[in-house]
Amino acid sequence: MIGILAVQGDFREHELMFQKMGVPTRRVRRAGDLAGVSGLVIPGGESTTIGKLAREYGVEEEARRRYQEGTLALWGTCAGAIWLAREIEGYPDQPRLGVLDMSVARNAYGRQVESFETDLEIEGFDRPFHAIFIRAPVITRVGEGLRVLASYRGDPVFLAGERAMVTTFHPELTDDPRVHASFVKLAEKGVSLKAG
Amino acid sequence: MEAKGTLKVKTGFAEMFKGGVIMDVTTPEQAEIAEEAGAVAVMALERVPADIRAQGGVARMADPKKIKEIMAAVSIPVMAKVRIGHFAEAMILEALGVDFIDESEVLTPADEEHHIDKWAFKVPFVNGARDLGEALRRIAEGAAMIRTKGEAGTGNVVEAVRHARRMWKQIRWLQSLREDELPAAAKELQAPLDLVKWVHEHGKLPVVNFAAGGVATPADAALMMHLGMEGVFVGSGIFKSGDPRKRARAIVRAVTHYDDPEVLAEVSEDLGEPMVGINIDLIPEEERLAKRGW
Repeated sequence: MIGILAVQGDFREHELMFQKMGVPTRRVRRAGDLAGVSGLVIPGGESTTIGKLAREYGVEEEARRRYQEGTLALWGTCAGAIWLAREIEGYPDQPRLGVLDMSVARNAYGRQVESFETDLEIEGFDRPFHAIFIRAPVITRVGEGLRVLASYRGDPVFLAGERAMVTTFHPELTDDPRVHASFVKLAEKGVSLKAG
Repeated sequence: MEAKGTLKVKTGFAEMFKGGVIMDVTTPEQAEIAEEAGAVAVMALERVPADIRAQGGVARMADPKKIKEIMAAVSIPVMAKVRIGHFAEAMILEALGVDFIDESEVLTPADEEHHIDKWAFKVPFVNGARDLGEALRRIAEGAAMIRTKGEAGTGNVVEAVRHARRMWKQIRWLQSLREDELPAAAKELQAPLDLVKWVHEHGKLPVVNFAAGGVATPADAALMMHLGMEGVFVGSGIFKSGDPRKRARAIVRAVTHYDDPEVLAEVSEDLGEPMVGINIDLIPEEERLAKRGW
């Protein structure tokens, strides 16, 4: 079962994509909602809002515990990527999960008029992926345990680790399920490793 | 190939506001309070609707200096209002780097016949609507987001409820029709046929749809979410109340946890004085803001 953090943002778009793929999902708003969930998607939205609301009702704490225990895979899209990052440049106090060794700069491409869409080459994908960047963060440092799967203008935009994925663009706003499928695989692997 | 200001980038940005609260602010200090409370964006303006209503006179786009101060004060997106049809005001806001423009009936209309051609801009627009036809006409003009008009500055949610209910009723009606009945429906709604067909097929608006106009309490916000709205604008309701910090925080939580009565009860407690509010029946027809725009 894939959990989708549903405190704010475009969680419905993620849900619809998984539904189309036949993958069961659950909306996560409180710590208890994470029970039985093997992967948690953090959607796009406003990162300051998501950070505050996830801290309340215990979601942040439980997600951190489960990730460190090795029973929860994580995927952050855009605002979700910010939530996962250890360091947010200029906003050291912004509430976040912060479990991935990476740094991000918020809104680094500029304000909304600078938002853009483009075709992206992704490692392991046989054809380009149409990527939509909306007031996207820039990943300024990639630390241990993370590998760059795609870059744009020299900056990493897609990272993967053993139990985590980070995209600064929005696969949920397209009809292309390939990135979602990658996450399902990652989340399933976590569960089977645990079971084995 | 990189493309900016596309429909996908505009409507996609609006998707990011969903499940969130957008708050009217008139000073950088208020913007900071809104951000701290968890607002997904702020609407920078000169006067909140309740004051515009009380003071009268022509209401215009805010002073660019004020908008820049607010943009500098917060890291969340900043929206600002222009008068209906006033595309020169919109050009100024786009040049300032405002993230979203509200072509709003709360300000005094500048054009009684034409709304702004929103396709001509890279910055996305939100427009008010009282029913499905009005919403689709605005979308046809390039709006990337729709909100109910409600009746701004009253602290009375009844008009927003009316607009939300009407819009959904009309969407369900469209869904019930046969394909060959859609052209007549488009004529009746005074909306373009291609958009009418889209709604018939998908059972929703093609863009994000928020509640606005008269939301004053966490319960009002939760009510609008239950009525199928995807988020909430709060205008005068916060900074015209006794304890804006607490009320702002409570309304944000109410939108997230709208179907969790326990949380709603918790956040609704001890919020201080709400804004006083106005009974809409007592406002003369010609002074109702929702009548502006067509």
